[in-house]
Amino acid sequence: MPKKPKIPGLLKGLGVTFGTFVDTVTDGAQTVQYPHEKETPPIRARGVIALHEGNCTACMLCSRSCPDWCIYIEGHKQLAPPRRAGGKPRQVNHLDRFDIDYALCMYCGICVEVCPFDALFWSPEYEYSEPKIADLLHDKDKLGEWMETVPEAPDLEAGAGK
Amino acid sequence: MVQFAIEIPYWGQSLLRVVGGLVAVLLPAGGIVYLFLFKMMSFMQSRLGPMEAGPYGSLQLVAEVGKWMQKEDLAPERADVPIYKIAPLIVLLSTFLLIVVVPFGPDAYFTDFETGIFYAMAVGSVSVLGILIAGWSSANKYSLLGGLRAAGQLIAYELPMVLATLGVVIQAGSMNLNQIVVAQNDGEIFGFGGLGNPFIITQFVGFLIFMIAVQAELTQVPFDMPIAESELVSGYMTEYSGFRFLIFFIAEFATAGVFAFIASILFLGGWGIPFDWFGWDGADLGTVDNWMNVAGPIIMATKMFILVAIIMWVRFSYPRFREDQLQTFAWKFLIPLSLANIAATAILKVSF
Amino acid sequence: MTLTDRQQLSYIASQAADARLNVELETEGMTLNIGPQHPATHGTLRIICRLDGEQVIWAEPSAGYMHRGYEKLTEVRTFPQVTTLVNRIDWLGSFANEVPFILAAEKLMEIEAPPRAQVIRTILFELSRIANVSLFLGDLGVQMGAVTPVFLAFRDREYVLNLIESATGGRFHPNFDRIGGLKDDLPKGWIDEARQSVKKLMQFCDTIEDLLFGNEIFQSRMRGIGVIPAEVAKDYGLSGPNLRASGVDWDLRRDQELPMAWDKADWKVWTHPDGDSWARCWIRLQETRESCKIVEQLLDQIPAGPVMTKVPRIIKVPAGEAWVSTENPLGEMGYYVVSKGDLGPFRVKIRSASFNNISVVPWVLKGVYVPDVITILASLYFILGDIDR
Repeated sequence: MPKKPKIPGLLKGLGVTFGTFVDTVTDGAQTVQYPHEKETPPIRARGVIALHEGNCTACMLCSRSCPDWCIYIEGHKQLAPPRRAGGKPRQVNHLDRFDIDYALCMYCGICVEVCPFDALFWSPEYEYSEPKIADLLHDKDKLGEWMETVPEAPDLEAGAGK
Repeated sequence: MVQFAIEIPYWGQSLLRVVGGLVAVLLPAGGIVYLFLFKMMSFMQSRLGPMEAGPYGSLQLVAEVGKWMQKEDLAPERADVPIYKIAPLIVLLSTFLLIVVVPFGPDAYFTDFETGIFYAMAVGSVSVLGILIAGWSSANKYSLLGGLRAAGQLIAYELPMVLATLGVVIQAGSMNLNQIVVAQNDGEIFGFGGLGNPFIITQFVGFLIFMIAVQAELTQVPFDMPIAESELVSGYMTEYSGFRFLIFFIAEFATAGVFAFIASILFLGGWGIPFDWFGWDGADLGTVDNWMNVAGPIIMATKMFILVAIIMWVRFSYPRFREDQLQTFAWKFLIPLSLANIAATAILKVSF
Repeated sequence: MTLTDRQQLSYIASQAADARLNVELETEGMTLNIGPQHPATHGTLRIICRLDGEQVIWAEPSAGYMHRGYEKLTEVRTFPQVTTLVNRIDWLGSFANEVPFILAAEKLMEIEAPPRAQVIRTILFELSRIANVSLFLGDLGVQMGAVTPVFLAFRDREYVLNLIESATGGRFHPNFDRIGGLKDDLPKGWIDEARQSVKKLMQFCDTIEDLLFGNEIFQSRMRGIGVIPAEVAKDYGLSGPNLRASGVDWDLRRDQELPMAWDKADWKVWTHPDGDSWARCWIRLQETRESCKIVEQLLDQIPAGPVMTKVPRIIKVPAGEAWVSTENPLGEMGYYVVSKGDLGPFRVKIRSASFNNISVVPWVLKGVYVPDVITILASLYFILGDIDR
């Protein structure tokens, strides 16, 4: 077997940078010019927590399971009209306040997981930065707006079982 | 000097020279920073670089200068303030002193020294002084280490640089930079004069040594031990901020431009095109057409940018040497090699 | 040997003369603080060096500037909440931090994740290793003035991070492990995507080898610098690639029985006899390739089935103590979990790799030059979160 002539590493290195240069000129850069063009995050991306207010029963599970206690919930009990005509009025928990302090949130997703009534969802939305840190405390109206951006859960890979 | 139709008073000529000098130093520096530091480096790293300020980020440099000008001009408490403040100016001064002898055309030069290359090599080392006092007066350990490293390195690479130019001087038979240009464009290789005789062919070893030494003089990677941002923060520039840092920055790239100018004069034929093409006579510069004074700078700039592209390409690809390794490289390899080159050139010059 | 008085006197006189001379010639050493804020420490590590010229005569790392108290924090959190904390320890390979803790909790509860979850765990573990080490390979260049490798590393690490994000939802902090399995199954199309990304990473290893490892300047900076013999490495408790670079054939992925899937793949533990900076970097490069191979093989072997065993909704870990450590990107990472049967752990001791790896710094930095301090630290590869916890 003829011995391949060894290219000095110094020249190879120059070749790598030049190759990248040519690639960037011909195929475009790997980077994205952010405010002008955006990458779509994957479906599961943990961007922001959206709240479906109607489902929330102010059970406080999310608030208790949050590792840094950044969910603030206040609610009161009130009577709702009965489901069937002639029935008794039901007692329901009404949500007065549902705030998430995104300055504290670690984006772990435990609250979304423990919610027994499907009131919390992850949305891949990520553009909600604020100039002041106090403004990152978002109330339930703001969290409800993000419900529109919540995608369907993705299909699972083959072989996923129950 | 260029002949003007109207008589310009002496102060007017001086003013023209000053403006010309500023343009000849700052324009290449700006071009180098934008073309290579912003764009070529980014493209080599699969990104686009600045894109927002102006079309394709072309005004980014103006924005950067504006930013640096706004910053406060700080000096450390224990710094030797007058010296500390003057150091960047000394570094930039050496660049301006260098451009003085660079000819851009048969008549387009600032001064025409008989010993131009000797002068250039001499004033090129003035910047060492600026760097050394910047490192010392900053009252910072990193700056001190950087300044001392810079002094050692620049002196070590001054020698191969001078020795590499000696080969050219022997071959051209003159120290005048304009004469070196003429010698290359008027010469011929074994009777074939179509390309002139750019010394890069006959003095290829000298060219390599010169470029390596230039790389080291400019403290670019792989010889950027004095700056070494990952260990010495920023070397002798660590404490500088605002405008003075900007001056260091400009000086770095302006010097790159000027050294590339000199290298293009020494090895690539400078402003000239082979005189054979137009039937000019090398012995008499007066026969060269006047439009060369306009075309010359453009040709020079093209060659300069090609050389700087190589310098920057190496800079963006290589890691850096250690201090003792680069000293060993200079003293034990480059200097003997350049001495051998001189000897070979001298013998061949005499025998042919 | 006995000396006459005369000899003794002259000896004392000469000693005194020497001492006087030494006092005159003795120059003051310079103390150089590398850090806490310094471009080379990627974090806030301070290394106090005493210099003689540019030679280090004494060095000591001073850690703790970024201490976040994770061991204490875990005591007031429930078991599911702890994973979200511990994956911030080594933030570049965060999935790998969750695994040993979850395994320890599972050991106490005497359950085991289903086979599908085990394989997916192993894949994600190796992906986080690739993400971690590929950044090291790029960062290595920056420490030595080569600016391009780090950008290429960031470019290609993105493929791995995208994979981790599309599977777990978090790019850096997946928090995907649960006691008894995984939070969710993989999304559709993930395996094909992973195959392509792993190919790209293999190419990245070649690129780095051409650009950096093959470079003669790089080799001259690395070979024979910062040699740690095997005995010293063992004494200081080095682990991971740093130990294998000293020639010790020790890899917890192979040497330990864990409910993970490493034994299903065919791979090799690389060692290097030299123990210098070059060996440490080279080992990491080879291990990235091995990790790519492991992932490639395991992608074909994901069994069908659930990813979660039956666990109670509110997890109470039975009283007891458990120690589980795994071979993390940086070395041996282990958790000693003490439970008293409550919702949360009573005490967690974290053995992180970097803390032990930098303990060799005073030994290895003695007598080297300042530029080599940086390359040695870079080749030891520590992450500040992993040192300070």
